[in-house]
Amino acid sequence: MLDVVLHFAVILVVFLALPLVVGQTEHKVMAHMQSRLGPMYAGGFHGWAQLIADGVKFMQKEDVIPAAADRRVFMIAPGVALVPYLVVLIAIPLDDGFVGVDLDLGLFFVLAVMGVGVLGAIMAGWASANKYSMLGGMRAAAQLVAYELPLVLAASSVAMAAGTLSLPGIVEAWQWWWLPWQAIGGVVFFVAGLAELRRPPFDMPIAESEIIMGPMTEYTGMRFALFMLSEYAGIVVLSLLTSVLFLGGWQGPLLPGWLWTLVKVFALAFVVIWLRVTFPRFREDQLQKLAWAVLVPLALLQLAITGVVQVLV
Amino acid sequence: MICLYLGVWGVSFDWVTIAFMDGYYGSYALVAVLLAIGVAIVAGALMINRLLRPTRPTPDKLTSYECGVDPVGEGWAQSQVRYYVFTYLYVVFAVDAVFLFPWATVFDAPGYGVTTLVEMFVFLGVIALGILYAWRKRVLTWT
Repeated sequence: MLDVVLHFAVILVVFLALPLVVGQTEHKVMAHMQSRLGPMYAGGFHGWAQLIADGVKFMQKEDVIPAAADRRVFMIAPGVALVPYLVVLIAIPLDDGFVGVDLDLGLFFVLAVMGVGVLGAIMAGWASANKYSMLGGMRAAAQLVAYELPLVLAASSVAMAAGTLSLPGIVEAWQWWWLPWQAIGGVVFFVAGLAELRRPPFDMPIAESEIIMGPMTEYTGMRFALFMLSEYAGIVVLSLLTSVLFLGGWQGPLLPGWLWTLVKVFALAFVVIWLRVTFPRFREDQLQKLAWAVLVPLALLQLAITGVVQVLV
Repeated sequence: MICLYLGVWGVSFDWVTIAFMDGYYGSYALVAVLLAIGVAIVAGALMINRLLRPTRPTPDKLTSYECGVDPVGEGWAQSQVRYYVFTYLYVVFAVDAVFLFPWATVFDAPGYGVTTLVEMFVFLGVIALGILYAWRKRVLTWT
């Protein structure tokens, strides 16, 4: 019982604190990449408390629900977007022997539950009864069709290599030479994951310069904050999953396991931010083309490589 | 409020412990508990928001946003869904891909070996052929 409480406490810290750290890092990293300073005032030292100040502000904001909206769906959509990223964390190992529950279907469970988060955006897009939201929701749905298959194929390549679907089992089976062996799958998984999170360069559903804020156009206050939190929690979950599946999770020399996990997660989160600053936004059809003509064939190639190496070597 | 949530959580947890902790679904009981915690976090955040926020709705404030002009027609405007063929493709291949997972865990078990490898290439071949067909039929271009 005490063990369970400890695990849940750590999961909640990962879920509530890490996204804020990633968000603050994004503020500062993006600013410096663009020759700005970013937040400097809140909290005194390099604006470290900016996101806390934002949170306090969001808490006091009026909750405006448009008269035309489908009220009930509109109200629960942020929750649908956010909660799956918390539930997913229970199956992801953070250290050797430290995992909420070692589900024997872990990988399958994680992919299935992460998929639910996208429904939040589609629900918000539909329920807002706003043309921009509608377009954004449709784009989110289109994106789902594009990235889900490469994501699943790349993940199943790791399952083939490890011979198990349990995430701690996969990390235990991981060897350093998986890095070159599973490299293609890793890249496909990460890129498809970015599309799932609707992060730049795949942020067509949000695309603030053409459709305002997509599904989140009509959202204000706390509900909007929950959507933002879900985006950054999504980055944390994607980085965690990529490091667990392709980079060996807690494995690494010298440092303790949990620190290795943290280092890998932040390295990947940095890449996510970096990509946002580097690439212009894709068009929706370019994403479809990228997914079906590049990512899926690459994932199939990875499956072939994994199978041949596994059986013949 | 928080006390109430914790109370509900405690009760449901004990109930869950007694009812489901044993057996295969035991591990999913904790998943259900975490789901409940997640719902409580969202509900709690919205509750705090409700206690702290002002509420002064005006008809203008409640209109749909459309770049500052009055909304034209309904929000649920019709638009052409240009990717529905992709959706069919996706459903077909996703169902295929789901079968990969149980297979992936046993394909190199003793006694399978090269036979399953050949079968895998048949499977990959079918998917690749499907994509190639879709490509040649110009399904993969934005219509």
